[in-house]
Amino acid sequence: MLQALGARLAQAILVMLTVTAVAFLMFRYVGDPVRIMAREDATVAEREELRVSLGLDQPVAIQYLNFVGRIASGDLGTSYRNNRPVADLLLERLPATLELVLVATVLSLALGIPLGVISALKPDGVAARIIQAVSLIGISTPTFVTGIGLILVFAVTLKLLPSFGRGEVVQLGWWATGFLSASGWRSLLLPGITLALYQLTLIMRLVRSEMIDVLSSDYIRYARARGLPRPYIHFKLALRNALMPVITVTGLQIGSLIAFAIVTETVFQWPGLGLLFIQAVGFVDIPVMSAYLLLVGLLFVLLNTIVDVLYALVDPRLRVRS
Amino acid sequence: MAQMLVRRGAARRRKGWVAGAVAGACLALLAGVAEARTLRFASQGDIATLDPYAHTESFTSNILHHIYEPLVRRSKSLEIEPALATAWRQVAPDRWRFELRRGVQFHNGNAFTADDVVASMQRLMDPAARARGNVSQVTAVEKVDDFTVEFVTRGPYPLLLNDLTGVFIMDREWMAANNALQPGNISTRTTTYASTNANGTGPFRFESWRPDQALTMTVNPSWWDRAEHNLTRIEFRPIRSDATRVAALLSGELDLIVPAPLQDLERIASASGYKVIEEPSLRLIFLGFSFRPELHAAPGVRNPLLDPRVRRALWMAIDLDTLHRRVMRGKSRTVGTLVAPQIPGYARELDQPLRFDPQGAQRLLQEAGATGFKVRLNCSNDRYIADEQTCVAIAGMWSRIGVGVEVQVESRTTYFPRMDRGELDIYMLGWATLPPMDAFSVLSALLATRGQGLGGNNPNGLSDPRLDALTAQAAVEMDEPKRRALMTEALKIVRDDVLYLPLHQQPVAFAARAPVEVINHADEFVRLWFAKVN
Repeated sequence: MLQALGARLAQAILVMLTVTAVAFLMFRYVGDPVRIMAREDATVAEREELRVSLGLDQPVAIQYLNFVGRIASGDLGTSYRNNRPVADLLLERLPATLELVLVATVLSLALGIPLGVISALKPDGVAARIIQAVSLIGISTPTFVTGIGLILVFAVTLKLLPSFGRGEVVQLGWWATGFLSASGWRSLLLPGITLALYQLTLIMRLVRSEMIDVLSSDYIRYARARGLPRPYIHFKLALRNALMPVITVTGLQIGSLIAFAIVTETVFQWPGLGLLFIQAVGFVDIPVMSAYLLLVGLLFVLLNTIVDVLYALVDPRLRVRS
Repeated sequence: MAQMLVRRGAARRRKGWVAGAVAGACLALLAGVAEARTLRFASQGDIATLDPYAHTESFTSNILHHIYEPLVRRSKSLEIEPALATAWRQVAPDRWRFELRRGVQFHNGNAFTADDVVASMQRLMDPAARARGNVSQVTAVEKVDDFTVEFVTRGPYPLLLNDLTGVFIMDREWMAANNALQPGNISTRTTTYASTNANGTGPFRFESWRPDQALTMTVNPSWWDRAEHNLTRIEFRPIRSDATRVAALLSGELDLIVPAPLQDLERIASASGYKVIEEPSLRLIFLGFSFRPELHAAPGVRNPLLDPRVRRALWMAIDLDTLHRRVMRGKSRTVGTLVAPQIPGYARELDQPLRFDPQGAQRLLQEAGATGFKVRLNCSNDRYIADEQTCVAIAGMWSRIGVGVEVQVESRTTYFPRMDRGELDIYMLGWATLPPMDAFSVLSALLATRGQGLGGNNPNGLSDPRLDALTAQAAVEMDEPKRRALMTEALKIVRDDVLYLPLHQQPVAFAARAPVEVINHADEFVRLWFAKVN
C-alpha cells in the first residue's frame, strides 16, 4: 500500500512539473505583463526597469527554475496586479468554487441517477423519450448560453433569483460560506444548475446504459424468476452494480467541474478560482495563472487517487486482487 | 415589493387594525429605504488594490478617489480646482508653494497637515512605488509650516498641477501605526496594510472590500466640502460579463452600470424605468504608421508609407462616414486631430478629416509611384470599441484603391507588446491624454523621437526635428497661451503630413435606473460625489 502511494506521489510530482513547464512555455505567447502594468504613457526606461524588477528579462528556463524553486519552498509568489500573495488570493476564492462544485455535483447525482433509472426501466416509454431529448439539448448547449438564458428567465423576467454574485456569506474562520444564509442559497441555484447541467446529462446517460446492461444479465433474470420484489431487484441488486462507472466519472468530473467552472463563474460573477484565473489571463498575471494551473493539476491527481481507493472499497474483487 | 403586497393582503383578511398597523410598518420601511440612499453600481472589473501608490490603473484611481483626495482635483467641468490645497503659486521657476486646507480630518479623526503631504509624497516617490512615474518631475517636497508645503520640480514644469490631480494624500500617523510608510511592491514581495485598508479625507468612508464581490463605502458626514450628492452608501459590484451586467440592471439589482455595452443601449433605453447617458470620451482612435526603411509585409522593398502622399491617400480612401454609421452605430464622433476638444492644445480648424475621395486617393498613389503595394494592418480585438470591425472595414476600403491589406487581429495582451517592439506596419492606437488631460502627453509619448524618456509610444521610427523642438519647448514653457500654441503647431504638422491618421472619438455610455442622476465625464471617471438618487 505504501509503495503504491509512493509511486502515486512520484507520478503526481511529474504530472505537475509537466503542467507548469507547459504553462510557462505558453505564457510567452499570452502577452507581456510589463506593458499592462506600466502607465499608458510610461517611458521606455520605466518599462525596462519594471521588467528587470520582475525578473522577466531573464531567459524562460531560468524563470521556470526560479518558479519551481519557490514552489518547493512553499511560496506561490505575489500577484502582479493585486500586489498580494497568490496563496491568499487562492484561499480567498477557493470556498466559492468548492461550494458551487459541491452543489452542482449533488444536483447532478440526485437528479441524474433517478432519471437514468427511469429511462432504463422503460426505454421505450414516453418519459424516457422526453428525458433523452431534453438531455441531448442539455449536453449540446454551451454553458454561457444556458447561464444567460437562466438569468433572463429567473432574474430579469421573473425577478425570483439574483443574477450574479454569492449573496450574503458567513465567515467561518477563513472560509466564507454561502450555505448559512437564505440569500446565499438563492444565489447558488442558478450557477449550480448551469454547472450541473452537463454532468447531469452525462450521469443520466451513463446510468441508463449501465442499467440496461445489468438488467439483461443472468443474475437479475434469476432474481426475477425467484419472485423477489421489483424495487429490491432494481435498486438493491441492479443499480448498485450499475453505479461503479458512475463513481469513477463523478470523481473525475469534479476535477473538470472545478477547472471548467471558469465559464459559469464568469457569467454569474461568481467570485471563485475560475474568475480569478480569467482575470489573471487578461492581465498576464503570471504568478496567479501558474498557481491556478498547479492547483488544478494537483486536484486532478488527488481525485484520481481517491477514485482508485473508492473503487477498491466498493468492488470487493479489486480489494482481493491487491 | 411583491412580498410586501402579499403580506398586506394577508393582513387585510385579519382584523382591520392589524392591516392598518402592517401597512403603516410597510410605509415606515419604505420611508427608511428612501432615507438610506444606497447607490449600487457595477463596472466590468474590480479594483487592483486599495493602496493608491501600488497600481497604475485609472479605474482603480477612480474608485479610490471617493475615499482619498488629491491636493487639486477636477471639477464638474473637468477644470483643475482646489481640493486639499486652497491656493498655490510659483515661487521660483522650479518651486511651487501650496497652502493647505485647514480643519480637514481623515476618516479616523486625525487632522490633515503638511506632514501628511510630505509623508505621502515620500511614499509615492519611493523607488518601490509602482505609481511613482506619475510624479516623475518632482524631485522634493518640503514642509514650510503646518499648512504650507513646497514642491521642487526638475526644472520649470508646467504640468505639475495636472500630475497632482492623481496623487492621493494619505495619513502619516495611520501609515506609521500600521507599518505602511513604504508602498507595497512585487519585486521586494511586500504587501502593506494599506492594500486592504483605506483612510482618506474624501466624501465616502471605506467600509469593506471583498475582491470580485463588493466594495462598500458610507458617506463621510464630516467631509470638508459641501456635498452635492445625496447618497448615504455606495455598493460597488464588479461584473465582468456584459450580458450579466445589463441583466442585473434590468432585474433591479443595480442602479448604475459603467460602461453599458454599446449593443445593448437601445434595449436599455426602451425598457421603462431605465435610461442611458452617453458622452464622447476623451479617447481618440487613430492609426499609426511605420517609418522604418521597409515594411514587414514587403521585406526588401522601400517602405511606401515614408511618402506623405501615400499616407494622405490612405486617409482619403477611408469612408469615415460609413465607419461612423455602420461600425460605430452612429455613436462615435469623426475627428481630424489627435486630441479631444476639451484638451489644452486642441484647435477646431485642425479637427477636420480629409474628404472621402477614392479617385483622388488613387491619383495620389500613382503620383507617388506606389500603386498596388502590400501592407499589414494590425488591431486589437478587446481594447477599443469595435476595434476589430473598424480595421476590417478599413482594409476593405483600402483594397478598393488597390492597396493589398493583410489584417491581423489579436488580444491586447499580445498586441501592445508587438506594437512596442515596432513589429507592426500600420496599427490602431487610442489615446486619451490621461491622466494629465493635456496635449503634451501626445507630444511626449507619440510624436517625439524615441529615447531620453520621450516617445514611449512612438515605436516605429517617427522622427521629425520640428516635433522634437516643439516638444522640448512646450515641456518648459510656463506661459500657458504660448504653451498651447506650441502644442497646436505640433498637431498641425501631424495633420499636414498625416503622421497619424485620426479616425474617431470613442463614445462612453452609462446606463442607470431612471431616478439616478449621474454625470458621465469624458475622462471615463465615475464621480459619485455628484450623483443623486431621487
